Amino acid sequence: MTTLIVNGERRSIEASPDTPLLYVLRDELGLNGAKYGCGLGQCGACTVIVDGKAVFSCVTPVMVLEGRTVTTLEGIGSQDALGPMQRAFITEQAAQCGYCISGMMMRAHALLSRDPHATDESIRAELQPHLCRCGTHMRILRAIRRAAEEMRPKTADARTER
Amino acid sequence: MTHAVSRRSVLAGAGALIVAFRFSGAYAQTETGTGGGPSKHGLPGSLDDNPRIDAWIRIDASGAATILTGKAELGQGLKTALLQVAAEELKLPLDRLSLVTADTARTPNEGYTAASHSMQDSGTAIRNAAAQARELLRDEAARRFGVPASSLQVRDGEVFGADGVRLGYGELVSDQLLSVDAKPISRLTSPADFTVMDRPVPRVDIPAKVNGGAAYVQDLRPEGMLHGRVVRPPSYGATLRDCDVARVERMSGIVKVVRDGNFLGVIAEREWAAVQGMRTLAATTNWIERQELPDEVDLPAALMKLPSRDTTIHDTGNPGGPGILVEGTFSRPYLTHGSIGPSCAVAQFQDGKLTVWTHTQGVFFLRDAIAGMLRMPTENVRCIHAEGAGCYGHNGADDVAADAAMLALAAPGRPVRVQLMREQEHAWDPFGPGMVVKLNAAVGADGAIADWHHEVWSQSHMMRPGPPGTLIAARLKSDAFPPAPPVALAQPEGGGDRNAIPLYAIANCKVISHFLPDMPLRGSSMRSLGGYLNVLSIESVLDELAVRSRQDPVAFRLRHIEDPRARDVIEKAASRFGWTTRAKSSEGTGFGFGFARYKNLEAWCAVAVEIELSRLNGVIRVRRIVAAVDTGQIVNPDGVRNQIEGGILQAMSWTLFERVTFDRTRVTSVDWSAYPIMRFDRVPESVEVHLVDRPGDAFYGVAEAAQGPTGAALANAIRDATGVRFHDLPITSARIKRAIGP
Repeated sequence: MTTLIVNGERRSIEASPDTPLLYVLRDELGLNGAKYGCGLGQCGACTVIVDGKAVFSCVTPVMVLEGRTVTTLEGIGSQDALGPMQRAFITEQAAQCGYCISGMMMRAHALLSRDPHATDESIRAELQPHLCRCGTHMRILRAIRRAAEEMRPKTADARTER
Repeated sequence: MTHAVSRRSVLAGAGALIVAFRFSGAYAQTETGTGGGPSKHGLPGSLDDNPRIDAWIRIDASGAATILTGKAELGQGLKTALLQVAAEELKLPLDRLSLVTADTARTPNEGYTAASHSMQDSGTAIRNAAAQARELLRDEAARRFGVPASSLQVRDGEVFGADGVRLGYGELVSDQLLSVDAKPISRLTSPADFTVMDRPVPRVDIPAKVNGGAAYVQDLRPEGMLHGRVVRPPSYGATLRDCDVARVERMSGIVKVVRDGNFLGVIAEREWAAVQGMRTLAATTNWIERQELPDEVDLPAALMKLPSRDTTIHDTGNPGGPGILVEGTFSRPYLTHGSIGPSCAVAQFQDGKLTVWTHTQGVFFLRDAIAGMLRMPTENVRCIHAEGAGCYGHNGADDVAADAAMLALAAPGRPVRVQLMREQEHAWDPFGPGMVVKLNAAVGADGAIADWHHEVWSQSHMMRPGPPGTLIAARLKSDAFPPAPPVALAQPEGGGDRNAIPLYAIANCKVISHFLPDMPLRGSSMRSLGGYLNVLSIESVLDELAVRSRQDPVAFRLRHIEDPRARDVIEKAASRFGWTTRAKSSEGTGFGFGFARYKNLEAWCAVAVEIELSRLNGVIRVRRIVAAVDTGQIVNPDGVRNQIEGGILQAMSWTLFERVTFDRTRVTSVDWSAYPIMRFDRVPESVEVHLVDRPGDAFYGVAEAAQGPTGAALANAIRDATGVRFHDLPITSARIKRAIGP
């Protein structure tokens, strides 16, 4: 049995160790955020954060995640208290069908958590593994920039510390 | 899927749910499957098919309203726009409204949610029904107060009298009040008095999509749900020689293996077990395959050689006089819809009745097709729309619904969720058909177009359910249904010949549509149908005529167009872009322009682009895109912008990257590496959408308006940057590099 820390809670996983994390999150833990898109790590819809890094959950077996910290869309805010990334996507209306955006929000969240001053160029480069078919890219970029403003440390010191 | 509908509001709804369902064979005629004939009741929009006001609007005892639509949310923002329309005319705050979308047991039948018809069909019906419901409520208040209705005011769900008396909708409504047929004329709210319509109201579906709510059919988890997967044949005509069902049935977690002819599926308690069972089962299969696909290397020639039904759809003047000739044979490959979420459905068979939760675009037609496939009475099948990933037309939604139905019948009582695998969605998609356009034109010495001759070759763009044979499962099962006959959509909306008749004033103009009854690859409806290639071809040739006769491309268009609304969007896009003052910043800069009125009937859209070509590798960077659009009365300006932005970026991807590949037996572009689409490194630096406001006008469909003009503007910008006219899509970096040389 594998143990994971999912959105801050320790969870014992019944699924066999070779099960991709995506199926554990969706099927065993009932979380909707990570989406099945390709099962091949080509589209990014399944992206979650593991120990601070964006990971394709569709190609990551749970056996390699023993004791590690997994954050899904549900972990960066809640329905009652949205996180800055979620608020920004609503403010910018950065969705059409919205199926791809959970994965993008997770990768952007990981990026901004380690570099709150990420440039437009580095945000675009970071999102390269992600596909959007509706063509919502311009809004997604705007939403991430908006989230970055909110997530950035507010003191002048914070800027010099990085 | 319902939006915030409490059980109480439904049960307490005024009047019995009596909906005049439309049972017609009309799906062969129009892209929405409805309309296309003479008006039945002289009523606006879909009210003509479903005249009862309470088919659309119901008010409960608390005064809250439930709006019913036969159309579906596809990520285009339909729910929000319909709620805005209803709130405006009912004079109710948005938060007192809830919405039920396409459900064969509850909503009107509005055919397919397709062809950019939703606002004109459903939006118009709901707007008029809501306005008439408001008047009925006001008249009822007048009766109770004993005063003339004209002395009463309506706001916020209450009717107010001059002397301070008031009654809420909940107090006024009764079982019969809204159970009446609509009248031809409604007292609609004047645009000057709008408080909700024409405002950028935030979409009601977005919060659940950003916070992990159950937003999609993929997220449904009814009690006791099982997971299914199907094994698809490796190619269209393949037949199953043998497979090892027993081996899979012995696997842990597998509930059942279903084999019915060439149809194969597995059912498991857990999703991953279903995937493993599917893979194991697939590995045990032996198929007999046939080489029956055309030669992909010269697809245009293969298409033009097929037998065709030829129709001259436009013929004016005579073959023109002498001039500068431009000739071109344009082609597009088969394109895949490419939904990011592979299609999914949940089905449950209980007590002889089948319920299917599906992201189909046409719940009623799908119900008929599934009932036919399973030889069940139609009334025992219910299809309920639940949102999926964006479909952009007829993707795997209907097929997977049929798969789920097949598996649900094998596991009575328990809901079965089936999702396609990526390679199944890609290989078995009803592709946007490969097409060819041959265009010859001439510009005379006076600088006007002297001659125009357009021919288009295409298979059907309309193979949606209705007939069971449109469903993959129905073709595979042992009592297989015959393939559905090819449907040629008629002008003026057209199918492969959509937008083939130029909107420009050309005295000598002939347009011929070659409908190909054969379907070399499975094909059906994809956003804008033939409109994309026809517009791209027309606008490319127009551009070429302008260049060769040394006229400015925008001025050349304006010279040949009389429609004032077309002129407005062309002029607006050009002026906001700074067309007349454009200046190349390097030898790799290219400028391009494109225009069309979608279907020659819907929204007007003009697009201007600036690109930068890297001569080193042929890569195009799009610096900026400026679009102008006229969609008539705007309901949600941000929604319109979102649709146009999305159309622009999707059409960029089609134009620069996309191509279904196949050998003589199988489709080979079965994942995103073999079928690349645009990624973030090629996203434009800036996209601007300017709206032309037409308060008080009708709704003109906008969702597909950008596809043709964007492709055209890009092709023209590439011509401007390279000096080469590309005729075959996609215009990839490799093709550009080959054409421009070192």
